[in-house]
Amino acid sequence: MSTIPIFVDENWRLPSRGRVGMFSLIIGESAIFTIFVVAYVYYIGRSTYGPTPQILSIPIFNTICLLSSSLTIWMAEHAIARGRIRIFGAWWALTMTLGIVFLAGTAKEWARLIGHEGLTIQTNLFGTTFYSLVGLHATHVVVGLIMLSLVMLFTLLGRVGQRHAERIQVLSLYWHFVDAVWVVVFTVVYLLGR
Amino acid sequence: MADQAFPIPGSLDATPSHGAALLEWLHSWVVTVDHKKLGILYIVYALFFLLVGGAEALAIRIQLVIPNNHFVSPELYNELFTMHGTTMVFLVGMPILFGFANYLVPLMIGARDMAFPRLNAFGFWMTAFGGLFLYFSFIGGFGLYGMGSAPDVGWFAYVPLTAQAFSPGHNTDYWALALIVSGFGTLGTAINIVATIISMRCRGMTLLRMPLFAWLMLVVSGLTLITITPLTAAQIMLLIDRYLGGHFFDTQAGGSAVVWIHFFWIFGHPEVYVLVLPAFAIANEIIPTFSRKAIFGYPAMVAASVGIAFVSVSVWAHHMFTVGMTSVSNAFFVLSTMMVGIPTGIKIFNWIATMWGGKIRFATPMLFCTAFVFQFLIAGLTGIMLSVAPLDWQLHNSYFVIAHFHYVLVGAIVFCIFAAIYYWYPKATGRVLSEKLGKWHFWLFFIGFHLTFDTMHFVGSLGMPRSIYTYEADRGWSVLNFWISMGGLIQAIAVLSFTWNLIDSYLHGKEAGNDPWDAWTLEWSTPSPPPAYNFAEDPVVRSRRPLWDLKHPQDPDWKYER
Repeated sequence: MSTIPIFVDENWRLPSRGRVGMFSLIIGESAIFTIFVVAYVYYIGRSTYGPTPQILSIPIFNTICLLSSSLTIWMAEHAIARGRIRIFGAWWALTMTLGIVFLAGTAKEWARLIGHEGLTIQTNLFGTTFYSLVGLHATHVVVGLIMLSLVMLFTLLGRVGQRHAERIQVLSLYWHFVDAVWVVVFTVVYLLGR
Repeated sequence: MADQAFPIPGSLDATPSHGAALLEWLHSWVVTVDHKKLGILYIVYALFFLLVGGAEALAIRIQLVIPNNHFVSPELYNELFTMHGTTMVFLVGMPILFGFANYLVPLMIGARDMAFPRLNAFGFWMTAFGGLFLYFSFIGGFGLYGMGSAPDVGWFAYVPLTAQAFSPGHNTDYWALALIVSGFGTLGTAINIVATIISMRCRGMTLLRMPLFAWLMLVVSGLTLITITPLTAAQIMLLIDRYLGGHFFDTQAGGSAVVWIHFFWIFGHPEVYVLVLPAFAIANEIIPTFSRKAIFGYPAMVAASVGIAFVSVSVWAHHMFTVGMTSVSNAFFVLSTMMVGIPTGIKIFNWIATMWGGKIRFATPMLFCTAFVFQFLIAGLTGIMLSVAPLDWQLHNSYFVIAHFHYVLVGAIVFCIFAAIYYWYPKATGRVLSEKLGKWHFWLFFIGFHLTFDTMHFVGSLGMPRSIYTYEADRGWSVLNFWISMGGLIQAIAVLSFTWNLIDSYLHGKEAGNDPWDAWTLEWSTPSPPPAYNFAEDPVVRSRRPLWDLKHPQDPDWKYER
């Protein structure tokens, strides 16, 4: 038996568990978003009273901010993979800033809708579906920002090194997912639904 | 000398008192991240709720044993059938499947633990909290009839009944919140199982050499990812409606109650497969071992499992034929539902072909699995009957439907769970369960099961609707209902003998040794119970039956497998 070489054993490589785990989480989260998006699409134009989606204005600046944060976090991933921690920190901080600007933009939009247009989650069916879908996405941005700021904190304390590159990439996957979902939400809410 | 003044707990020469030892033992179970301990916790938790849900079923059966009975109040009756369904699906079925997956998957694929041990503990404690939270509603829930109301809206919680106007108070919210909480735990565990199976296999354990148990658990966990999350989403919508004044399911504002039904069954139907595929997983291990043959058609079994998962996400609206859909939708869901029969048929043929020509040993696990194959066949056939929309219009919400899905949930899943406990109990505890009590358990449960659920088909065909509190004597349902309840009683006696077996064999059972069944998968190469690290050396695998190769070096499997 010992004469038979075991080919598979020599290069036995399996996918990283962090990546597989994060992809699984993303699949699960996608199902949650799918249900909310389906509800939004199904209920477009079915409100029997109250404000309609025409009161929305397209958040172009917001969208540019969030989508470019995917690019900056990708730059950060590259920096840490090469061990350039200071550059990594800079890109990471920029990513966080873009995320915070996005949230601030959403807050401003909601303040206008609630204060001037009188649209709350209770007002009508459109309000319910709009705030729950956009709010669900915003919640994910908040969760992402909490995780990003933890990494930022550890970076400032000097605890992050090249050896964490894979973990950073796994975390970035989540951020990319949040951005990709925004593309869907943006298309459905502001382009098709308006 | 300082050592003597302050003895270090757990040090070799310190002998702690009984109380301290007990406390330390309990503490070790609470803080554990070991997949085997968490698996046992899951299974014990699920068995506890199996007894609770069973007691609720018995109360329902006592209420229905004679016409115009008043054993429980109508209000309590509604709570009983709601809690029975919710308990059995979410606090028994899911946890026990994750319990077996937790305990067995790392052992079967030659890993030392799950991919994320702490996430594993998180998942269990979330699930445990969800279950206790749900049952706290019996004390703390405030509903239509005052304090101490459990959820009473059916396990599917259809709107508008669950709207704030018709279900005031918060007992419905106990249902939603408890399931959201345990749903997060479930999601975490599903992620963990997928990551474990993909990333933690030992050397040589390619995907097509994995035991079918691990394959099925991979499919189930993948399916869970996209199954439990729609329920969470729908429940969040329900809570938005109930607490924030939303209008998702509010017809007057343009919302739609039918959307809830769709969302619920988008979760609810794949959920059935999430529950039944682990039963297949168990049968896939037990039937070959006791037939002394390798499983017939391994690749077909894998393909059929993946096929079932795929088809199962496109059949949900067969629960909704009476809601009033278009003919096109009806036809689509009729046909997609019938398609499920193809991969499941492949599986049944493969199990029978595995037994065919085998040298079958009818030990208790094999008895349960043999009964499972035939009962699952009947469950599948009544399923195909119900998938025909015009027949479903007649039988919808009758006891025929109850009989059909209990044939799946009890006749297939519970039978396989019992088989699994008899089969792997020696591995987990080091002792074999008593065969004599096991035979008693099997035959009593088998007779009770058939008495109850075969008879239910007839009473359903005679028009008895589900969820009714009582019935008039002149309907012709009385005799049948009496026998259904008697069957329930026999099943209860069987479960008691099983419970006694679990306790008695733990204390006085026969020593099991490493491999009491002469089986072929990796878990049987470890001591019983396995040490915390599972394998002293990482195993290397060259075929689907590594222990066969070890036991038969002159005739190993890897010579023939391609």
